[in-house]
Amino acid sequence: MSPFLLLLLLLVLSVAGYFIGQYKALNLARKAGGASRLHSLPVYYGMLTALWCCLPAFFMFLIWLGFEQTIVTSLMVADLPETARSLPPARLNLLIKDIQSLASGNIVSGEITPLMRQAAAHYVELQGIGKMITSVIVLVAAVAGMLTLHRHIRPELRARNHVEKVVMGLLVVCSTIAIFTTIGIVLSILYEAVRFFRQVPVTEFLFGLEWSPQMAIREDQVGSSGAFGAVPVFAGTILISAIAMLVAAPIGLMSAIFLSEYADKRLRAVAKPMLEILAGVPTVVYGFFAALVVAPMIRGSGAQIGIDVSSESALAAGLVMGVMIIPFVSSLSDDVINAVPQSLRDGAYSVGATRSETIRHVLVPAALPGIVGGLLLAVSRAIGETMIVVMAAGLSANLTANPLQAVTTVTVQIVTLLVGDQEFDSPKTLAAFALGLVLFIGTLFLNIIALTVVRKYRERYE
Amino acid sequence: MQEVLKKNIVEKRILAPRDSRKTIGNISVPNPRMVCRNVNVYYGDKQAIRNVSIDIGCNEVLAMIGPSGCGKSTFLRCLNRMNDTIDSCRVTGEILFDGKNIYDPSVDVVPLRAQVGMVFQKPNPFPKSIYENVAWAPKIHGIVESKSDTDEIVESSLQKAGLWEEVKDRLDQPGTGLSGGQQQRLCIARAIAVSPEVILMDEPCSALDPIATAKIEDLIEELRAQYTIAIVTHSMQQASRVSQRTAFFHLGDLIEVGTTETIFTKPSHQLTEDYITGRYG
Repeated sequence: MSPFLLLLLLLVLSVAGYFIGQYKALNLARKAGGASRLHSLPVYYGMLTALWCCLPAFFMFLIWLGFEQTIVTSLMVADLPETARSLPPARLNLLIKDIQSLASGNIVSGEITPLMRQAAAHYVELQGIGKMITSVIVLVAAVAGMLTLHRHIRPELRARNHVEKVVMGLLVVCSTIAIFTTIGIVLSILYEAVRFFRQVPVTEFLFGLEWSPQMAIREDQVGSSGAFGAVPVFAGTILISAIAMLVAAPIGLMSAIFLSEYADKRLRAVAKPMLEILAGVPTVVYGFFAALVVAPMIRGSGAQIGIDVSSESALAAGLVMGVMIIPFVSSLSDDVINAVPQSLRDGAYSVGATRSETIRHVLVPAALPGIVGGLLLAVSRAIGETMIVVMAAGLSANLTANPLQAVTTVTVQIVTLLVGDQEFDSPKTLAAFALGLVLFIGTLFLNIIALTVVRKYRERYE
Repeated sequence: MQEVLKKNIVEKRILAPRDSRKTIGNISVPNPRMVCRNVNVYYGDKQAIRNVSIDIGCNEVLAMIGPSGCGKSTFLRCLNRMNDTIDSCRVTGEILFDGKNIYDPSVDVVPLRAQVGMVFQKPNPFPKSIYENVAWAPKIHGIVESKSDTDEIVESSLQKAGLWEEVKDRLDQPGTGLSGGQQQRLCIARAIAVSPEVILMDEPCSALDPIATAKIEDLIEELRAQYTIAIVTHSMQQASRVSQRTAFFHLGDLIEVGTTETIFTKPSHQLTEDYITGRYG
């Protein structure tokens, strides 16, 4: 039985369990004289029966899924002839992989020997047995769970409390998934980054001023020495993000103030969705715009006043990125400014404050946490943005504070390092993970600092 | 009070019938600070106030009473043009403040609101320190120049509002951390910090407990010496305790005006009598 079919059957059983449980509870209620004699409403008895039916069976299923590969493989290996089992571990692994590929009908690395063919057939057979056993175990568990609970349904059974406990457990699981994913991401990056730092010293990576991530294939190759100083890459990221924020923060904040305090309702209803459309434009399209319109324009105007601007410049990428993130700032800020209670506006107007005084001294301070939140979101978008930079700012890792030159950013470098056919043990490839790790730590600190600042300076209006 | 009311019912007087919508009583006073004539207020198509004319005298407390939705708060908010913040609101008629119509296009609303301050139903201190709450308005109006000026205004305003003794050691703490009654007195201090001539109070005690209410009422009595006060209240006891004149509103009409004593002892309109004797409200 395929896993999908099995799960479907489990679902059907649970639904049946629900109705059986509810039916019994209703019967009991009728005998006892009304549903109020039961501890919980009849639906809760149904739900509890369904839960008892599906949860234990589902766990069985998960456990089997987790161990299936290991068990089946080890059984298969145990049946291999002695000559194959005494191979060195690396070769044996390769053989096992080949047999597994053969069994699932994929391409095999070497030629197919009769031994492998036989083993593959055995493997398929074992898998079939395994699936059968799982199906039986899962279905038995489901029916047993359902019947056990069905027997226990009595008016005193606190079905609602049990169901609520299970639901709470589900909520806890859901809320921890995000946390565990983050931990998983950190660990996987960390693992690769540590491998990188074994080959390139941390100090060289963090403080080196030159970035040219290539490794020689031969000793006598031209330009064989790679340099892994990440400072220019991070400087590029900071430069472009700073330009983007210089564009987005004032424009976004001011448009938010206009929309929430000055614009009349009809204008706001039209203008706000229009602004938010900006956030929906694919970044590649922004990239075209930056490379084909903005960069030549900057270059042209630079030439007119006698400044040399390279055709790919940090300024072009930063400006377009700034426009891209305006909606993040404006939409969120507009929402929080709107959420400031009308009574505070009334209080300010009633002592004769002008509109601008009210906004500057009362509304913005009260809305500060939300505004900073919007800015942070915008910064993280800017730091993580790749496409615009690839197309408009170039790939050369210049260490410069001049926005008119080409620079590159961390995310762009990660992409170029990992694109194509790469070996996963050269520093060139591993450098991508080190960059990712440092970027992650950087944004983490940014978040912590921002949260601290907000906590210290916010004005609570509750 | 109760005895007076009972006696009142026993006495036979001729009352204006319930459907009479003309204002009864003397609307004018010898020394008016604000003069309202034929004020109409519309919210969109709906008329909230109809042809209200009344004077508010210097150094008097005018109480406005009436059942919910009668327009007393709307009328109060016209007196310093707080209704301007509501888009659909339209006001016609004349409201003269020191002889000038405040709805005249040439009038700047900012200095007007500094002269006609307001205290709201729910205490609404700014989420700033106690000091800043009081000092902010004088600062933005350029009344104070130096730090010592500001200190002086903050202290005197808090003293007038009867809050100084309670907060003088914690002026740097947030105003929102005070109790409800203290917050309301802070709002009064905030309003008097810019030396207004009139203070409008929109049910200032409805969110407060009896002790805090008593303090605010004592305060109103003291403030009367310096300011003109118009207060909207739901509590007839409060109106009779703090005010010299009382105006009774009903469904957008000003039904009766008179000295507080007359209104509460010998009302001339059937609606007023029904309201103050608690027959509806």
